[in-house]
Amino acid sequence: MSDIAVRIEHLSKKYHLGRRTDGHPTLRDAVASLGTRVIQGRSKTASQSSEFWALSDVSFDIQRGEVLGIIGANGAGKSTLLKILARIVSPTSGRATVYGRLGALLEVGTGFHPELTGRENIFLNGAILGMKRHEIAAKLDQIIDFAGVEQFIDTPIKRYSSGMYLRLAFAVAAHIQPEILVLDEILAVGDAEFQRKCLNRIETIGNSGRTVILVSHQLGTVQKLCTRAILISGGKVAADGSPSDVVSAHLRRTDAQMAAGLSARTDRLGEGRVRLSHIDISSPTGALVAGSPAVLTFEISRSDIKVDCSFTICDEVGEAIASFDSANISEVDSVGSHFRCEFTPLLLVPGRYYINAGLYSSGALMEDHVERATVFDVHAGQLAGRAVIAYPGYGHMTMQHQWTRVSQEG
Amino acid sequence: MAYNMSSSPIDDKKRRNNIDGAHSKIAAHPAIIIRPRKSIDTSDLLEILQFRTVIYFLIWRDFKVRYRQTFLGLLWAILQPLASMVVFSLVFSRLAGISSDGVPYSVFVLAGLLPWGYFSHALASASSSLTNNRDLLKRVYFPRLIIPMAAILSCVTDLLTSLGLLLLVMFALGVPVSLNIVFLPFFLLIAIAAALGAGAALAAAHVRYRDVGYITPFAIQILLFLTPVVYPSSLIPASWRLVYGLNPMAGVVEGVRWCMLNIPPHPEMIVVSAISTLAILLGGLYYFQRSERIFADIV
Repeated sequence: MSDIAVRIEHLSKKYHLGRRTDGHPTLRDAVASLGTRVIQGRSKTASQSSEFWALSDVSFDIQRGEVLGIIGANGAGKSTLLKILARIVSPTSGRATVYGRLGALLEVGTGFHPELTGRENIFLNGAILGMKRHEIAAKLDQIIDFAGVEQFIDTPIKRYSSGMYLRLAFAVAAHIQPEILVLDEILAVGDAEFQRKCLNRIETIGNSGRTVILVSHQLGTVQKLCTRAILISGGKVAADGSPSDVVSAHLRRTDAQMAAGLSARTDRLGEGRVRLSHIDISSPTGALVAGSPAVLTFEISRSDIKVDCSFTICDEVGEAIASFDSANISEVDSVGSHFRCEFTPLLLVPGRYYINAGLYSSGALMEDHVERATVFDVHAGQLAGRAVIAYPGYGHMTMQHQWTRVSQEG
Repeated sequence: MAYNMSSSPIDDKKRRNNIDGAHSKIAAHPAIIIRPRKSIDTSDLLEILQFRTVIYFLIWRDFKVRYRQTFLGLLWAILQPLASMVVFSLVFSRLAGISSDGVPYSVFVLAGLLPWGYFSHALASASSSLTNNRDLLKRVYFPRLIIPMAAILSCVTDLLTSLGLLLLVMFALGVPVSLNIVFLPFFLLIAIAAALGAGAALAAAHVRYRDVGYITPFAIQILLFLTPVVYPSSLIPASWRLVYGLNPMAGVVEGVRWCMLNIPPHPEMIVVSAISTLAILLGGLYYFQRSERIFADIV
């Protein structure tokens, strides 16, 4: 109680769905709605039906030095909460009190200008993230060194590779030193090397006694990094406590939602013209067995839109194991109401797995995306005559292989 | 949910002080209270000072980027008013025979183009500034007014360049510089204030209504004819002069000509323009602050 970094009291945020968020309203709309209001005598029925509470009555305190992970399904209100704390959007009611300098990093590279050089962008970006000019100047060498772009520092960044761009952006962000650091899904972008740097940096920040608030879909990351976690569901705090407890609470919830069936799920993203309606996982021999063939069938809601189906197999805490995409099948095959994906054989070790699945229409436009769309268990089996064994903590996949033991003979 | 709104401002302040007091030892940085934005908050204007580094860098960015990858670079800031001067002199002086209050028409029109060019350019870039900086609005916090402010201030460099051009042309044509030039900053400040007020309002409206993007260039064009740039204000009937002065730029152009060329002004028109500018500035800032809280939601 004595050492609070952020206090959130009855915080709520309302959004208007439909016309106002959809496109850009024009003066004509404003005039038209004024007309309707006059005629209907300021009836508010129309506006109420399109209201959406992204957050409703959220209250909790964050202690100084905590590394807080915020988890929840898509659209649960996690990012809205972060945006309010970062003062990007204004709450509808309630309030939050922030004790100390808060730095928010909601997207790497915000405010970078392609025409400016790397060095110039460091200054611009640093200023936007709240650093003073002398602070940036003092850290300039460190930042350039961290990003590893010394050679190109006076080149306009429109000539940078995307990797260089990302490294430079993260280097600037990693050197802002707020007392409270707010991060949104930063770990979801970049290559493994970049993610490792991110994680190290966050660990360092947490160890130095500063407060970190982190939104992530990667439950494993939250468990590894955070000292506390909060589960947001439907705009409310659904669980609060140790990361492992909160992560399992989240998993229980999604399991319950899975039981309701895929077409009933509402925690999905995308345009929605076409939806995944059912996923079936089967094996010619009955139960799914490691090392034996398996068939995944994705049923979709309509067959007249050309889409690609992609899915990721994840472990129990949501860490991705392998991803698959139908995008490289020939065009003739791309009509129909089902996608079939065959594994001959299935190379997963025995255990429980989840599938995140999505549909993408041309131009990589997301039509549908469901996290933990379905679950399946793989049973013990054999691959090429050898038993496939699961060693917890030693990976999820196997490969066809042979062992021999030989003596070297001259 | 109505927690915050039900309490009176005084209660709120008390509570805030209590919290601050209890944590004064650990929180060197003052506590920031985030809550629904309702009305005008003067602390926002003070906050702009805290974020002056951002203003500085946004101005600097605009300046750096403006003439990147152009062959002529900064020369464009001179060529544009120079070309307008030549065209206007040909059309309005030679063909239409408009009088120029006793000084060479080219100098006369250039002295008008100096504040007008600044105003029209600043207004156009301010009105699209918020929508052009959508990424910033959605991802980082700083007082939003900084964005149109930076757009307006970054045009000042062009204003100074064209002032240099005017002095050069006056020297070349043997037109003496009036001592009234010491009052020039006053009139330029009016032009900046008018551009800020109108620019902030248009920028805020642009976020809601994309129509503004079409209206602004057109309105600027119309306004040119309601400003004594190509013709002397003495052409306006005396009875209409006060109404004419409601256009802030009418007074500014009049004032700049008096400062540079000692052309006798109509003081009452300048007074009306100054008052009108103040109204536009306050009204524009008020509308901006009122709209500010929803920018990130709808931009």
